[in-house]
Amino acid sequence: MNFAGIDIGSRSIELVVVDEDEQIVSALQADTGFDPITEAEKLTEQCDFDRIMATGYGRNLFEISFDAPTVTEIKAHALGAKTLFPEAGAILDIGGQDTKAISLFANGKIRKFEMNDRCAAGTGKFLEIMAGALGFTIDEFGRQALLAEKELSISSMCTVFAESEVTSLIAGGENRHEIALGLHASVMRRAASMISRVCPEGAIVFTGGVAKNPCMITLLEEKLGQKLLVPDDPQLVGALGAALLSKGK
Amino acid sequence: MGEDYKSMWMELGLDLDGHDALLNVLAQAYNDIFLSQKDRPETMSYFDFVMSEVHGLRIRELLEEKKTGRKIIGSYCVFVPEEIALAANATLIGLCSGADFATDEVEKLLPRNTCALIKSSFGFKLGKVCPYLESADMIVGENTCDGKKKSYESFKSLVDNLYIMDLPQVKSEQGRELLKNEYFRFKKAVEELTGVTITADSLKDAIRTVNAKRAAVHRLSLLRRHDPAPISGLDALLANQIFFYDNPARFTQSVNAICEELEKRVQKKDGAFPAKTVRILLSGCPQAVPNWKLPAIVEQSGAVIVGEESCVGERGCRNLTDDSGNSVDEMMEAIIDRYFKIDCAIFTPNGERIDHIKEMSKTYRADGVIHYGLQFCQPYLMEAIPVERALEKESIPCLRIETDYSMEDAGQLTTRVEAFIEQLR
Ligand code: SF4
Ligand code: SF4
Repeated sequence: MNFAGIDIGSRSIELVVVDEDEQIVSALQADTGFDPITEAEKLTEQCDFDRIMATGYGRNLFEISFDAPTVTEIKAHALGAKTLFPEAGAILDIGGQDTKAISLFANGKIRKFEMNDRCAAGTGKFLEIMAGALGFTIDEFGRQALLAEKELSISSMCTVFAESEVTSLIAGGENRHEIALGLHASVMRRAASMISRVCPEGAIVFTGGVAKNPCMITLLEEKLGQKLLVPDDPQLVGALGAALLSKGK
Repeated sequence: MGEDYKSMWMELGLDLDGHDALLNVLAQAYNDIFLSQKDRPETMSYFDFVMSEVHGLRIRELLEEKKTGRKIIGSYCVFVPEEIALAANATLIGLCSGADFATDEVEKLLPRNTCALIKSSFGFKLGKVCPYLESADMIVGENTCDGKKKSYESFKSLVDNLYIMDLPQVKSEQGRELLKNEYFRFKKAVEELTGVTITADSLKDAIRTVNAKRAAVHRLSLLRRHDPAPISGLDALLANQIFFYDNPARFTQSVNAICEELEKRVQKKDGAFPAKTVRILLSGCPQAVPNWKLPAIVEQSGAVIVGEESCVGERGCRNLTDDSGNSVDEMMEAIIDRYFKIDCAIFTPNGERIDHIKEMSKTYRADGVIHYGLQFCQPYLMEAIPVERALEKESIPCLRIETDYSMEDAGQLTTRVEAFIEQLR
């Protein structure tokens, strides 16, 4: 039998299928777009599985359309991360729309979690908009920021204000790399304080789209004083957790 | 509504369109949240009836009482002693403030970053949609949190019968003295309002009436210790809310009837939810009608709320007043003692509240505590962190929620609550 997990996030949808031995047999990804359910359906048609469980903010929509069980992103991430890295004591997940910090007991159960509220400050979306304002693609944003020699501090974390601040900094002739580093640093500080609030013990796994950003990894490692564990594909962790849960793990 | 109350509402000066809109929202929410629950106790039909007639029959009753010379006093806080009102031939009504209304108008008078409860109390007045407010002969505002006490200064321009009660913030001897003076001053004001002098007999009667009502709700609460919980948290919350509107004697009787049914349920192990359902204690800001958002999310996510550490709940009604005094003064002292125990977050320090939350978690066998704070409510939000810490020390998981009356964050809240429930399973 094969077991699938689908993570319907605000920016992207991930689908992971595992076999009886918990090995990943397929992993797919698509943009969420305007019609998450149709996108989800397209993904599910591309692979074979016997059971599926949904997670992510679109899980309830999926539950209604596909009559599938659901689990929150928090639990799915916790299990996904703990399976990839058995030494994990906490997870920091920075996705398109929200940031989560989760700490675990040694047995993998959730000890405590925090989640940002309503606004997009400090999430992937924030970085994406700032990259755009600076004329970088989101993929090169982190690498470019690492080239800066010093950090230019950004006073606002509100997406709207920060964007206009960036625009006027550029107009004032400031160095784009330094601005980029400053933006990364403010997101990092928020994330670091969130993860420290859940009192992590041991290794921290970094997941979500923002975990692909090398500058964010470097800054977080400096601040937290430890190496972060980053999965090869940090965006798949939630879907993997859901797949494992659908297997009954 | 079973009868046409339009002319009554018009005479009260309500804005009929706004009022209709409010009642529609209320009826819809009630339907979706309460009537859709499974395995409700049969005796809950009484509360359904009261809620369906909350702006109808109950108002008519109050207006009838008024014709006989009885006065109505509206209050926003459980520190306003019902015993004193009753003893002087007045009816005390808790004014609810549990929904956003006329927000644009409100924001002309109050800063945007004001807690939803205060905004709502203004909105109901500005929108002219609350028949209780409009029929009240006296409205009592109390100097509790900064938000409330400052907002009453503006509220005064909207109503001409606002009476301000000062309250202590420290549980010291001086604090008690202040409360004492204020309660005696209130007694005098109520006597002037009604033209009735409180006697030892009338006060004793009033204390007994209110005690009976509190004891009934407390009896209902205690039944929720059992697993499976015989009543949903939503239904129990409803009882705690109706506590503030209904005729006291009738309410007591009806709650006791519910208790009898629940006792049988407990014996048969019949629950509103299956046995072993995750049990939540809700703690924090008061939950006025129709603020059902968080409890609905919790129970729709598959947990059962087994207690409310709230003014609309145990904080407001757990203590009874000693009724053994023989003179008005003796009984007034007993009233002061009783109310001085309320552990509202406006008090500093307020360690009793943390102790009470711990105690309630044990009594009601909660698996976890959800601390509910209204956005911009300093007293409760500030206490949330020490509460969480203290609970963690006892290995009781705690989730801190900060929200308001809008539905904007419903998705986010659901995720948090569901994740918390998964954590407790
Ligand atoms: S929370 Fe405090 S101010 Fe509010 S009703 Fe309760 S006692 Fe009164
Ligand atoms: S105590 Fe908090 S919720 Fe209550 S009125 Fe004051 S600020 Fe609002």
